[in-house]
Amino acid sequence: MNRVKSWVTYLQVAPLALVFLLFLIVPIATIVVVSFFDYNTTQIIPAFLLQNYEELLLSPVTWRTYQQTIQFALITWALTLGIGFTVAYFVAFHVRSPTMQTVLFLICTIPFWTSNVIRMISWIPFLGRHGLANTTLMNLGLINQPLEFLLYSDFSVVLAYVHLYTLFMVVPIFNSMMRIDRSLLEAARDAGATGWQTLVNVILPLCKPGIAIGSIFVVTIVMGDFVTVRMMSGGLSASVGLMMANAMSLLQYPAAAANAVVLLLLVLFIVAAMMRLVDIRKEL
Amino acid sequence: MQHGKRGPAFWLLGAFFCLFVLFLYGPTLTILILSFQGPGGGLTFPMNGVSLHWFRNLFEKQMVGDFAGSLQRSMILGVAVMLVTVVASFSAGLAFRSRFRGSAIIFYLAIASLIVPSILISLGIGLLYRVLGWDPAWYSSAFGAHLTWTLPFGLLIMFAVFNRFDRRYEEAARDLGATSWQTIRHVVVPILLPSLIGVGLFGFTLSYDEFARSLYTAGTFNTLPLEIYGMTTNVTTPVLYALGTVTTGVSFLVIALALLSVTWLRRRRARHGSDAGKAA
Repeated sequence: MNRVKSWVTYLQVAPLALVFLLFLIVPIATIVVVSFFDYNTTQIIPAFLLQNYEELLLSPVTWRTYQQTIQFALITWALTLGIGFTVAYFVAFHVRSPTMQTVLFLICTIPFWTSNVIRMISWIPFLGRHGLANTTLMNLGLINQPLEFLLYSDFSVVLAYVHLYTLFMVVPIFNSMMRIDRSLLEAARDAGATGWQTLVNVILPLCKPGIAIGSIFVVTIVMGDFVTVRMMSGGLSASVGLMMANAMSLLQYPAAAANAVVLLLLVLFIVAAMMRLVDIRKEL
Repeated sequence: MQHGKRGPAFWLLGAFFCLFVLFLYGPTLTILILSFQGPGGGLTFPMNGVSLHWFRNLFEKQMVGDFAGSLQRSMILGVAVMLVTVVASFSAGLAFRSRFRGSAIIFYLAIASLIVPSILISLGIGLLYRVLGWDPAWYSSAFGAHLTWTLPFGLLIMFAVFNRFDRRYEEAARDLGATSWQTIRHVVVPILLPSLIGVGLFGFTLSYDEFARSLYTAGTFNTLPLEIYGMTTNVTTPVLYALGTVTTGVSFLVIALALLSVTWLRRRRARHGSDAGKAA
């Protein structure tokens, strides 16, 4: 009986395991192997060279690009955390009816199921030279000529990140907040805590797991992003993902692979640091 | 929690929430309006008349690349990814209820699949196909790439669902003489149906909108997000917005269908009592 049962269990998990093997493990292993290959203008040549890493790590461009990417990630993280926490806090603790909570939560999550590329395009009529923002400001007499930095700049890149990814903060933080035992808040109030003190000393510590999960999502997505940077900066900003995409378009696959390995190690390091704060399996 | 009158904190936070919603939806609403721009209109306000010109334009093949073809491919791919995601996550969710050797490894693989940047998966699969001398295509390599994104979501949702699932329903079914297959078919699946629809929603929409994981895996024929991205670099007319409106419309239709069917199932269950839930 037991033998049969464990056999069934493995069969049940096999499709999932197979997908991860074929489309996660093997491709990542391929990246690692190819990162040691040699290449010329037309093809990649099997070899074991450290040259790709040397060229990558000795180039000042690489360091600048990584620095800019980390900077994007940090700014986006701070903004999405602040906005996401506030939004989740309002829905979880200030909206009283459960139906209303569900409706508001859905309103926050629906954009997650629509196209990111379209949502980026939709900023053009706002931020362009003759867009709504510039026309409004000029009509109000606040500026004399259109602000150039609104579209195609670091500003618009960060704006798009916040627009696209605040959701990833709202959902796990909201989840953490809904699990907080309401009698704890009553106890805090009875003990004389103000609303602010309850927030800082009771709610915030209990939301740590949600904050950690949201942070992992936002930081890893921004670290690996390339399409937002390319579309929203008009090619003016750099990111690690963009650097890899450029190497790919020049058919320098091993160079892109070496960069991919470095990026992967960096991301895993960051995630490992954040995972220390949270046991994900307990959060479900 | 607190009763009685709303304090100033409520109104302040409420205003913040409204601004956030405006920030989320405002831009999309703007391109929705601008996609009905008159034939002489441009990418920004003012509206130069109202017309369906740009929607017609969209379906003329030569004008803007292969919109109809890429939409069709993305739809087929989305449905395929959805079906596999629902079945594989549900079945893995069943497996994870008992401890088995390697369960920790598979769990961490699912987490890894979520946090490894999409572009690395795309790059890796693209390189793998190149090394093997295969041609990547939307129905093979892109299909696999999308599954690495949808399956972890599916699995995590199934974990959450099974954690709240009352196993006594199954025991009751077994006591009444049901085989394990019958238990799953007539008891577990009906009870979990709303959640399975949710997993399906994730599967379809994440695949339908996926850009980075399709980039090096789609091969010769573009999926819709790749096609849209290509258009942003060389199309400077409101046809871009018409495309946005149609794509977002499809997404909203799918979301609405999913939400409606979940609500309908809940209502029906509340009215009749479910065969499964109530163990009649």
